[in-house]
Amino acid sequence: MNEIIKLDRRYLLKTGIALGGCLVLAWYLPFSDQAGAVEPPAGFAPNAFLRVGSDGSVTMINNKSEMGQGVYTSLPMIVAEELDCDWQMVRVEAAPVAPIYNHTEFGSQVTGGSTSVRTEWQRLALAGATARAMLVQAAAQTWQAEPAACRTEKGQVIHSDGRKLSYGELAAKASELPVPDQVKLKDPAHYTLIGHPIHRLDSPAKINGTAIFGIDVQLPGMMVAVIARPPVFGATLKEFNDEKAKAVPGVKAVVAVPAGVAVVADRFWPALQGRDALQVSWDEGPGAALSTEEMRRQYAALARTPGLPARLEGDAQAALAKAARTLEAEYEVPYLAHAPMEPLNCCVDLRPDGCDIYTGTQMQTGDRDAAARVSGLPPEKVRVHTTFLGGGFGRRATPASDFVIEAVQVAKVVGKPVKVIRTREDDTRAGFYRPFWYDRIAAGLDAKGGLECWRHTIVGQSIMAGTPFEGMIKEGIDETSVEGAADTPYAIPNILVDLHSPTQPVPVLWWRSVGHSHTAFVVESFLDEVAHATNRDPVELRRTLLAKHPRHLGVLELAAQKAGWGKPLPAGRGMGIAVHHSFGSYIAQVAEVSVNKAGNVRVHRMVCAVDCGRIVNPDTIAAQMESGIVFGLTAALYGAITFKDGRVEQGNFDDYPLLQLNETPEIEVHIVPSSENPGGIGEPGVPPVAPAVANALFTASGARVRSLPLTADKVLAAMGKA
Amino acid sequence: MLTLDVNGKKHEVSVTPDTPLLWVLREELQLIGTKFGCGEGICGACTVHVGGHPVRSCVTPVGNMQGKEIVTIEGLPENHPVKQAWLDEEVSQCGYCQPGQIMTAAALLQGKPAPSDAEIDSAMGDNLCRCGTYPRIRKAIHKLAAEPKGGSK
Repeated sequence: MNEIIKLDRRYLLKTGIALGGCLVLAWYLPFSDQAGAVEPPAGFAPNAFLRVGSDGSVTMINNKSEMGQGVYTSLPMIVAEELDCDWQMVRVEAAPVAPIYNHTEFGSQVTGGSTSVRTEWQRLALAGATARAMLVQAAAQTWQAEPAACRTEKGQVIHSDGRKLSYGELAAKASELPVPDQVKLKDPAHYTLIGHPIHRLDSPAKINGTAIFGIDVQLPGMMVAVIARPPVFGATLKEFNDEKAKAVPGVKAVVAVPAGVAVVADRFWPALQGRDALQVSWDEGPGAALSTEEMRRQYAALARTPGLPARLEGDAQAALAKAARTLEAEYEVPYLAHAPMEPLNCCVDLRPDGCDIYTGTQMQTGDRDAAARVSGLPPEKVRVHTTFLGGGFGRRATPASDFVIEAVQVAKVVGKPVKVIRTREDDTRAGFYRPFWYDRIAAGLDAKGGLECWRHTIVGQSIMAGTPFEGMIKEGIDETSVEGAADTPYAIPNILVDLHSPTQPVPVLWWRSVGHSHTAFVVESFLDEVAHATNRDPVELRRTLLAKHPRHLGVLELAAQKAGWGKPLPAGRGMGIAVHHSFGSYIAQVAEVSVNKAGNVRVHRMVCAVDCGRIVNPDTIAAQMESGIVFGLTAALYGAITFKDGRVEQGNFDDYPLLQLNETPEIEVHIVPSSENPGGIGEPGVPPVAPAVANALFTASGARVRSLPLTADKVLAAMGKA
Repeated sequence: MLTLDVNGKKHEVSVTPDTPLLWVLREELQLIGTKFGCGEGICGACTVHVGGHPVRSCVTPVGNMQGKEIVTIEGLPENHPVKQAWLDEEVSQCGYCQPGQIMTAAALLQGKPAPSDAEIDSAMGDNLCRCGTYPRIRKAIHKLAAEPKGGSK
């Protein structure tokens, strides 16, 4: 990092223009109430990512959405580190939609794929370093001194003779200087922020109730709407009777929109009462036949036929045919809802000459373009104001822009600002799930028990098919369907991973860790089966098969050592391990579990080792590992969206439960020091959880459960006690 | 017209008495720190204090609230020890459930200044957090219990 870098003019535009009229509106979200909208102080904006105010404030304009993963702290830390400003003076502002704020790889503004730090580090470091160089130049000119005689510290330029000027004092002068072509980045040895556990900038607003989420946005004259939605995917509206709905005081309108029938009121409660009073009938269509049981039968049959190859190494079929011994198993994982605590919502102010969208989104550009299409306005007339996200997990990164489109559709009819709110049941039932996956997997062993061959057939819906990301599907293989399986690192001479991508009426989406959320469970569970079937220790077998993968080995050994692998456990407890690489990071986890007589699994302890390369904020790493583990435990123990007669059988947290505090195990996170390129951190903590727990369940009870969630009935059945 | 005592102030609101307290706080009084999560009293994001006790405002009809002392996250003093402990332990992630978590924890500590793990489980178990901040919530509560009385460091 410590090198002279030729600056790219594309991101060094002076950006008063690039920000345009959005600047003021974007200013107040999400940290303060919109009523308190204030003009930013005059100052210095050397590039699109930061502004130094005449009051010494440093505003980082953040193109990534804050959904809990910490980007409103980690990304400003990168800027502030190079700028050498006073951390106490750093503020964050959500970026408007503009090409400069596009994801550096995805081509539009997106927060996802655990990429924020990885993809933004360089340009944010340059943004900070450039501003610093210009502030130094401004001070040097003021003093008629050489820039080389000046250093910077905590928002001040300091001359070697002791003279000082603050960044606030220098802002106006710096803003008149040319942007330098070259800047020097700091030697990491001199970092004062990066690598340190800095407190989150958004914490104060989040603990005193002033943080603004999408659902909190209030606009003058705003209406609130809820939508009666089809009970079955693909159903169409037949007719509705709104007499009783309109009789609810406060209900202003009942309108048919493509998403269903919207009940519009002056407040949420009357809108909901109105919806309850509405009589709607639907043409349910073929979706009404959908059932999880039938889908399982179809997928199991498909898994017995060859799919499209995603990985071919050696000749797996031939090797399997002549293996001394074969093991075979079938695994499945259900549809899962993201279930962010803040139900989906979107507030739209649509006028003849423009449209303002207020929502917590991970895909600003796509949502803006969708709003433009639906409203008929040109995209430049649509502004997206990104609020805090009350959880994202992928659900707010929807290429279909479903929650934005439906709000614009309602706004078109209402003619006033309107906020569409989903109830928890709407949120759970309206689709966009982690796909249901069915896997058939086989291993061929030689006479000594050596793993000669691995054949893994995956069946499940493609996430990218039918979306703007469809072009990323190569030769029929959606990478997100096979990631974590096709790239298995284990040294096996013959490997075949193939894929079936059946279509279903159920909308699917990336769910925290995407394909890895299912492949890690299958691969790591089945490898454990191989270990036990051949009397190998699961850690020792992995160690042997990962000999050429030092980062996998590093976390494997660390997790095993910290967990006390191989040491005696209290009676009834078992340990299981899983190791997985995803999003550029390497994670191993050891679970310690017990099972009671009723078959209920209790997870007592999770030990996690993570190697995510160079680190910005170690506390964020720990927090995201804890978060991924709790998220993964919910999926391992409880999560399932199922269908009967085309209907989602779950609705609220009573039948789609989340792990609770009293069920949360002791969690330890150990970070491997690393100078490798940074890896992702929001998602990779999730994949190893379910296999570590399932493997621990096996050692604790002898029950090998190959279907998530690990419910009591399945555990008892696997123990032969059902 | 109903009269409500919220955060030490009297408010007149014109809503039907079956309206949940949550929506009156959010939409009539602009106290948006209290959150909507489930609408069924399951998740705890809407927790406020009524007469010092934690109450799920999403299933509490406002008509029953006259003459009761209601405190929301905005009414908890800025230097309240629970808020400080939440900052110190860096509990928040997305932050959406945290006002409810903090209100529940504040009520717990009011009655039991040094709760055991079992008491924390019992009091906090029904406040859901999708980000998984539970280990830090437990740590923050224990830390408060360990501090000298009245101290917030």
